[in-house]
Amino acid sequence: MGSYNLELSLEHVKRGKDLARTSLSIKGWARAHYLAQAQEVTMERIGWLVAGILALGGVAGAQTTITIATVNNPDMIVMQKLTPEFRKKYPNIRVNWVVLPENELRQKVTLDISSGTGAYDIMTIGTYEAPLWGKNGWLVPFDNVPASYDLNDVLKPVRDALSYGGKLYALPFYAESSMMYYRKDLFAQKGINVPDQPRWTQVAQWAQQFHSPREGVYGICLRGLPGWGENMAFIGTLVNTFSGRWFDENWRPQLTSPEWKQAISFYVDLVTKYGPPGVTSNGYTENLTLFSQGNCAMWVDATVAAGYLANPKTSKVADKVGFAQAPIAVTPNGSHWLWAWALAIPKSSKKVEAARTFIYWATSKEYIELVGRTEGWVAVPPGTRISTYRNPNYLKAAPFAEMVLKAIQTADPTKPTAKPVPYTGIQYVSIPEFQAIGTQVGQSIAGIVAGRYSVDEGLAQAQAAVEKIMREAGYLR
Amino acid sequence: MALTNVLRRRKPFLAPPTFWLLSPAVVFLVLWTQVPLVLTLYYSFQRFVLVNPDLRGFVGFGNYLSLVTDPAFWVSLERTLVLVLSSLGVTLVFGLALGLLFFQRFPGRAWMRTLAISPFFVMPVVSALIWKNMLMHPVYGLLSWLFRALGLPPVDWLAQYPMLSIVAMVAWQWIPFATLLVLTGLQSLPWDVLEAARIDGANPAQEFRYIVLPHLARTLSVVAMLESIFFLSLFAEIYTATSGGPGLATTTLPYLIFLKAFAEYRIGVAAAGAIFAVILANLVALFLLRFIGRNLRAEAIG
Repeated sequence: MGSYNLELSLEHVKRGKDLARTSLSIKGWARAHYLAQAQEVTMERIGWLVAGILALGGVAGAQTTITIATVNNPDMIVMQKLTPEFRKKYPNIRVNWVVLPENELRQKVTLDISSGTGAYDIMTIGTYEAPLWGKNGWLVPFDNVPASYDLNDVLKPVRDALSYGGKLYALPFYAESSMMYYRKDLFAQKGINVPDQPRWTQVAQWAQQFHSPREGVYGICLRGLPGWGENMAFIGTLVNTFSGRWFDENWRPQLTSPEWKQAISFYVDLVTKYGPPGVTSNGYTENLTLFSQGNCAMWVDATVAAGYLANPKTSKVADKVGFAQAPIAVTPNGSHWLWAWALAIPKSSKKVEAARTFIYWATSKEYIELVGRTEGWVAVPPGTRISTYRNPNYLKAAPFAEMVLKAIQTADPTKPTAKPVPYTGIQYVSIPEFQAIGTQVGQSIAGIVAGRYSVDEGLAQAQAAVEKIMREAGYLR
Repeated sequence: MALTNVLRRRKPFLAPPTFWLLSPAVVFLVLWTQVPLVLTLYYSFQRFVLVNPDLRGFVGFGNYLSLVTDPAFWVSLERTLVLVLSSLGVTLVFGLALGLLFFQRFPGRAWMRTLAISPFFVMPVVSALIWKNMLMHPVYGLLSWLFRALGLPPVDWLAQYPMLSIVAMVAWQWIPFATLLVLTGLQSLPWDVLEAARIDGANPAQEFRYIVLPHLARTLSVVAMLESIFFLSLFAEIYTATSGGPGLATTTLPYLIFLKAFAEYRIGVAAAGAIFAVILANLVALFLLRFIGRNLRAEAIG
């Protein structure tokens, strides 16, 4: 969730926003996109070729080739780059990469795993997919994790989020919660102190104070791009902290409840008055670019952005960015999300052992050390291991470390709301139908932000859509 | 007439087994075109949700019912028609105008023609990205810069005028196609008739109305037919620029089918949507064929 196609924002950041250069950045985007596709095609072809040669030669098990499907987030790109290190340690395992933007990856692996095609030996999936797919019997569980892996070092909320029925179905590559970023310099100018735990009413006031579009600074940047992993991830946490919920105990949708109306009115008000123009096309990546370019006074989003924003190579505001917990309105329950990108092995894989070897390597302490050594400690995959947060090198490089750890440890997907609910998951509902629900509700809310519907109309429309889905799926009669 | 009859009657000594020689191609064609359709039809009667393997089986018209009771479906039908008809109108008018313009003689005409036709060769995804990020972006876009330079507030095109923006992208890409066909049509314009009209004292407006336009009727109806078939399945622009939104403002039938299949993983419902799309395309094609047919007949009589 979140860092989707960072190449785009990298291009944007490097090239600034003036017009002549925008063309370059679009070319860059197209190129990155094209490369991702081309890479996949060639990788697939090479994979087939290798498979063919192996079959022809009748070589039995001397060399195994595994195919890994992953997201093109910066952390995963580093993993791909470090493949030679893996090969040094395990010369008998070859690795093919299929690297795609988040949405496309999700489509590919969902189609692959539900049809049992077996094109991939390792899939990058999230906390939403892992328990559902584990329940469907689509994934190979991690039963006997070797002691050297030190499973207890992996943060418990993250482990729990990747388990179903007491079995762990994926190992986390990086994990994130959400938090607030703000511009220390702007807040200092006005003599405002941001508490560690701000409230949404304060945030609204500050947004008003700092909103000056003429100088290119918008009060607050928030996600508006429709999608269950985009605007709905943020809005889900906002509704939670306004003490709303997706469903009551009997799975009746609650989208027209006063809490939802309050939360959505608040959100729409905030982004239309003090947000950048074009909110409905801003997702994680776009906001990351805006904030790192100095266009936002505040931003509430994934903790994984911290490394990027605090890195002078990628951010213009590296020395000016402040960190706080995600704001709360009424209740702290579910005010910040929990997400992890994790590696899992589909049942359809025929190379489970080799795949397991790779996953143990890529999610190990040693891997984190390796990235720290080669890429710098600020760039290590965050949020997965306690040892990372005890490592003096990391603590020195990452001023946000403690804040992130606290956010992840206090995010509890089993108690996402103040009122009782029949589901788990903070910024999503852990049922297969949620992708459909989140997609449709996300569109309705984007429609409200764009001024096509009033809050009441938009939510009534969303409520009707969710009721229909739940009725057809058999939750409601 | 007599000759063809002779040819047809004469049986060669070694008649080639026409039927058998043709059959592989025919069988291939039938398989190629009909198998996907039959499969779609099959899946449209199945409850098939990729992410929920427990729910599977025959549901009769359940998927169709789910679609027609979905307000989004009717909105998408309306949006599809709005998109097709307005894009059609814009491309026909501008295509005709540009075709007439480039038919005139002027220095550098060959170059200008090539340039004018070039948008047609840009891939839809690329053109949509350029429109979205370079032209219409409310912060970085050329239009926003222009508006600001004129002292106007920048417009967030894709949020405030989503359908207009999509029609603009589609028109930019397809006007060259209409222009190209109009140009070829004009090349067969009978000069003697035109000259006769001029001798009779017809003014340019009358020339256009009574000679050029009737002459181009067939060309224009072919353009309309081909374009509407392509416009009915427009996808790349919507996927890239607006993702069907905001709200349902640009959710056309193809995009709705995509959402059902790849955002909701409801293959059955998506298949039912595809069947509706086939019906819609056939209705439009039928309507246009009738229309063109009448035109051709009228021409033959006139």
